[in-house]
Amino acid sequence: MGDFSQKWARFLKYFIEYEGYKRVQTGLKNTLIIAVLGLLFGILIGTLIAAVRVMPKYKRLPRILNGFCSFYVGFFRGTPMVVQLLLFYYVLLPILGIKVSSVQVSVLVFSLNSGAYISEMMRAGIQSVDPGQMEAGRAVGLSFSATMMMIVIPQAIKNILPTLGNEFIALIKETSVVSFVGASDLYVAFNYIGSNSYEFMVPYIVMALIYIVLVVIITILIKLMEHYFAKSDRRK
Amino acid sequence: MSENKAVAATEEVILKVEGLKKDFGDKHVLNGIDITVNRGDIICVIGPSGSGKSTFLRCLNCMEDPTAGHIMFDGEDLADMSVDINLHRQNMGMVFQHFNLFNNKTVIQNIMLAPVHTGKKAFRRLREKSGYSSVAEIKEKAQKEAMALLKRIGLEDKADVYPSTLSGGQKQRVAIVRALAMKPKVILFDEPTSALDPEMVGEVLDLMRDVAAEGMTMIIVTHEMGFAREVANRVLFIDEGVILESAAPAEFFGNPKHPRLKDFLSKVL
Ligand SMILES: Nc1ncnc2c1ncn2[C@@H]1O[C@H](COP(=O)(O)OP(=O)(O)OP(=O)(O)O)[C@@H](O)[C@H]1O
Ligand SMILES: [Mg+2]
Repeated sequence: MGDFSQKWARFLKYFIEYEGYKRVQTGLKNTLIIAVLGLLFGILIGTLIAAVRVMPKYKRLPRILNGFCSFYVGFFRGTPMVVQLLLFYYVLLPILGIKVSSVQVSVLVFSLNSGAYISEMMRAGIQSVDPGQMEAGRAVGLSFSATMMMIVIPQAIKNILPTLGNEFIALIKETSVVSFVGASDLYVAFNYIGSNSYEFMVPYIVMALIYIVLVVIITILIKLMEHYFAKSDRRK
Repeated sequence: MSENKAVAATEEVILKVEGLKKDFGDKHVLNGIDITVNRGDIICVIGPSGSGKSTFLRCLNCMEDPTAGHIMFDGEDLADMSVDINLHRQNMGMVFQHFNLFNNKTVIQNIMLAPVHTGKKAFRRLREKSGYSSVAEIKEKAQKEAMALLKRIGLEDKADVYPSTLSGGQKQRVAIVRALAMKPKVILFDEPTSALDPEMVGEVLDLMRDVAAEGMTMIIVTHEMGFAREVANRVLFIDEGVILESAAPAEFFGNPKHPRLKDFLSKVL
């Protein structure tokens, strides 16, 4: 145990005196930026794709869009996130001549990736909404998209809230791969402290704790949201 | 018995259906339906299960696209895929067997939603010419009208609850005033009482009677023979996707002609 308190003291020294906490702050900020923006844009992209996929298909445009969406979802679900990050950062964006920071690339890839996963959840969510809801909207003269936006999607989101929460948690955890393109996240910060202090045990334990705390906070937030949405359920 | 019936029925044609056919794949569900509806008509549609009554109703507002035929409404053919169907649906309300109130909206929001949405759209396009001077005014007016409708059905205290807390009869009455809120020219009813507990059927039929007495044009698919006899000015019998009989209720029920209608009535009456 004396060994551990020595390690702890050493960690604190590097964390506070040598200002390792600043790196942790940056890391935490980047982790959250990437995961939160990834989730928000992912919901946006996923909802659009899901709406395309449940559109009636007797016209040409929806069929073409649908084909494109299948390809997109297939690609992002069929390859690992790291591969996508590397492809975008080292291949696609340079070819297109677009210069962006590694955090920006990470946000882009996380959005596109979670968009693909969320589209499948959202599709299931939309299909779980009683078709009578869409019919009633159309019957009062609302368009397909207006009914989707105002009636069907809010109910779909409510239905898939727990799965969306899981997706957010997965995103938070997956941010640990953004160091592959040079973005500094929590892992990079604690790894830095570890390699400078020649002591990895405490930094990695603290890192794990931070991830756990993040996940617990998110879990509580989701519970609160579910509670909020439950007001339209059978209860007064 | 006939004094409150068809008071407002006029000679003004509101809806004219010609040669309406509907196939689902190679299944022929509607096989050529012709009917003319005048303003103020209360038309009840009866027929055996699976005869195409719902399909007929759903083709009228193109919830199902007709395979062939014409649906003349407001000077346009709704069967023509190029018409703005959303615009026409605003003039053609629909009430469903399972109510289909918007679950994520409160009762009053259910009623206001479409009027506000279409009002805003008109305002964006036409500005002052839409008859409104601001978006706030659209909302205010819709809210006032929705409240008046709720008062009419005695549910003003339920304005801010969600539909899931209502009884079936209350839900259906809200669904009916939701249709009324758009001030449609016709309302289509698909078995509005058949999902209700028996003790709630009366309150819904009462409201429909009330709406009919105001001169609303209504097409009602129903199994309530008593209601059809009392309120309709014409009753249709549909079987295998064609209208086999169409007559005033006294004639229809008192002196049915088609053997299949006789057979049907002998089973249900
Ligand atoms: N979307 C659809 N796809 C395929 N077949 C359908 C569809 N909708 C209805 N049908 C078929 O068309 C026929 C007529 O159905 P419809 O619902 O119009 O009958 P109905 O007279 O309303 O019957 P009920 O009294 O049971 O409501 C039925 O055989 C039904 O199975
Ligand atoms: Mg039916």
